[in-house]
Amino acid sequence: MTITFAIIAFVTITATVAAMSLRNLVHCALASAVAFGGLAAAYLQLDAQFVGFAQILVYVGAIAILIVFAVLLTRGGEPTEEALFSRTWLAGTAIAVVVFGVLAWTIRNSFVSQRETTPVPDATVKEIGDVLMNKYVLPLEVIGLLLTAALIGAVIIALKEERK
Amino acid sequence: MSETFDQIFVNLKHWLIGLLSNVLPESLLPLVSVILSLIPIMAIFPGLFAITTVLERKGLGRIQNRYGPNRVGPFGFLQFAADGVKALIKEDLVPRAADKVIHFLAPVVLVIPVFLAYTVLPVGRNMVAVDMDAGVLFFFAVGAGTELAVFMAGWSSRNKYSLLGAMRAIAQMVSYEIPLILSTVTVIMMVGSLSTVKIIEAQSTYHGLLPDWFVFTPWGLAGFILFMISALAESNRSPFDLPEGESEIIAGYFIEYSGFKFALFFLAEYLGMFVISGLGITLFLGGWHAPLECLEVFPSYLWFFAKLITMILVLIWVRGTVPRLRMDQLMNFAWKFMLPLVLLNLITAAIWHYMAPGAARWVVGFSIVVGSYMLLGRALFSGQHLAKRTYRYAE
Repeated sequence: MTITFAIIAFVTITATVAAMSLRNLVHCALASAVAFGGLAAAYLQLDAQFVGFAQILVYVGAIAILIVFAVLLTRGGEPTEEALFSRTWLAGTAIAVVVFGVLAWTIRNSFVSQRETTPVPDATVKEIGDVLMNKYVLPLEVIGLLLTAALIGAVIIALKEERK
Repeated sequence: MSETFDQIFVNLKHWLIGLLSNVLPESLLPLVSVILSLIPIMAIFPGLFAITTVLERKGLGRIQNRYGPNRVGPFGFLQFAADGVKALIKEDLVPRAADKVIHFLAPVVLVIPVFLAYTVLPVGRNMVAVDMDAGVLFFFAVGAGTELAVFMAGWSSRNKYSLLGAMRAIAQMVSYEIPLILSTVTVIMMVGSLSTVKIIEAQSTYHGLLPDWFVFTPWGLAGFILFMISALAESNRSPFDLPEGESEIIAGYFIEYSGFKFALFFLAEYLGMFVISGLGITLFLGGWHAPLECLEVFPSYLWFFAKLITMILVLIWVRGTVPRLRMDQLMNFAWKFMLPLVLLNLITAAIWHYMAPGAARWVVGFSIVVGSYMLLGRALFSGQHLAKRTYRYAE
C-alpha cells in the first residue's frame, strides 16, 4: 500500500460517506462526483489510462450532471427535514454484513481465488481498441444496439403528444 | 543554427535539471522536471490571455465602427493591466443566501481542468509537458470537469438568472461535446493513436508545395470546420454565448461573482478557447510544423503560436460578425445538423483510407462531404417559413 493509494482511498471513501450523509441533495451529488473522480484516480494509479479517463469522461462529465439535473428538476434541491437514518437501520446493517460475509466466503472458496495470477499485461489504449474491434466486436455491437434503442425510447418519451 | 533556436527551451530545461541534480536528491528530480515544464504554461498562456482581451476589444471596436480602449498605455495596449488591478482590488461580494463553500470552490474547480488540458498540448518540437499514450482522451476527460464547475457556480449563487445560465451552459456543452469528440475521431482513426505527438508526426511530411496536414483532405476539412464550430460552442463564445446572453439573463452563471473570482471565470473561458484552438491546430493544422518546407528553419514554437494567434483573430472576427442563436436553433443545429454530418464524416474518412491515392478518392470524398451538407441543409430548411419577420407591436 503506497502513500498515493492511501490518499486516493481516503478521498474516495470520505466523499462516498459524504454523498450518503449530507442533508442537501445537491451537495450529495457533488460529493458523489468527487467519489467518481477518486475511483478514476485509483484506476490511473494502476496504470489503466483508458479506463481512468473514460471513468472521468462518463461519470464526472455525464452521470454526475445527470444526477444533478434530476435533483433540480424534481425537488428543487432544498434540504429535507427527514431523519438521516431510517428506523430500520439496525436490520439493514445486519443484512448488509451477512450478504458481504456470504459473498466474501464464496469468493474465497471459489476456484477464482485459487487461480494463478497472470502477470499484469501492459495494456495500451491501442491494444484495448484492437481487442474491442476483433475479439469482442459482437458484444460491442450489441451494446451499441441497446444504447440506440434506449436513445430512441428517450426521444419518443420526450416527444410532444399530438393533439387530435 | 536553426536547430539551436528550435530546441533552446528544451536544452535550457535539461541544463537546469542537470544543475539541480547536483543539489537535490534523485527522488525529487521527476517532480522538478514536471514543475519546470508547467511553469512556462502557467506564465505564457495567461499572458496571451491578457493580450487577447485588448486585441479582442480593439478588434470588436473596429468592427463596430468605434475606437475600443485607447487610454491606457500606447494605443490602449496596457488596458489589461488596468483591468487586472481593478479585479484584484474590487470588493469580493458573496450573496447572503449563497452556498458559501460551493460558491467559493466553483471558480477554482473551473480553472484547474483548463490548465490540466494544456499538459498534452505540444507547443513545439519536443515541447509537450506530458506525452501521454491517451492524450486526446485525457484532454476531453479533464474538459468534462468544467461542466460541473459551471453548475456549481450557477446553483450556489441562489439566483434564478445564474441557475438558468448554468442550465443553458450545461445543455449546450453536453450537446456540442458529441460532435466535438466525434470530429476528432476521424483523425484518431487515420493516425491510429491518441497521442498528440504522434498525431503531429503523421502530418510532418510535405507533398509538393502543400504540407500533409489533415485539413487538406475532404474529411479533414469537414472535420476541422465541424470541430471549430463545436469548439466555439464548447467555450461558450459568440454566436453560442447563450449561457451569458446579456439581453436575456444578464450574465448567466457567473452573475453573482465579483472581483477576482469573476476574473477567474473570464480567465478560464479564454484559456479554454486557446487550448481547444491549440487542439484544433494539433489535430488538423499540422501542429508546430511550418506551412512550407523551406520555412521549417524558423523555430517550431513560433509556428504554433502564429497559428494560435491566427485562430484567435478568426474567433474575434466571428464574434464581431455573427448574431447570437436562439436556444431552439442551438439545439437543432447540434442534434439535427452537426451530428449527422460528423457521423457521415467518419464514413468519408473510412472510404478515403481504403481507396487508392489519386483523383478518384478526392472526387468521392468531396462529393460525400458537400452532398451531405447540401442535402441536409435543404432538408432542414424545407419545412421552415423564411421571410422577413413581421412584428405586431414593435416596428
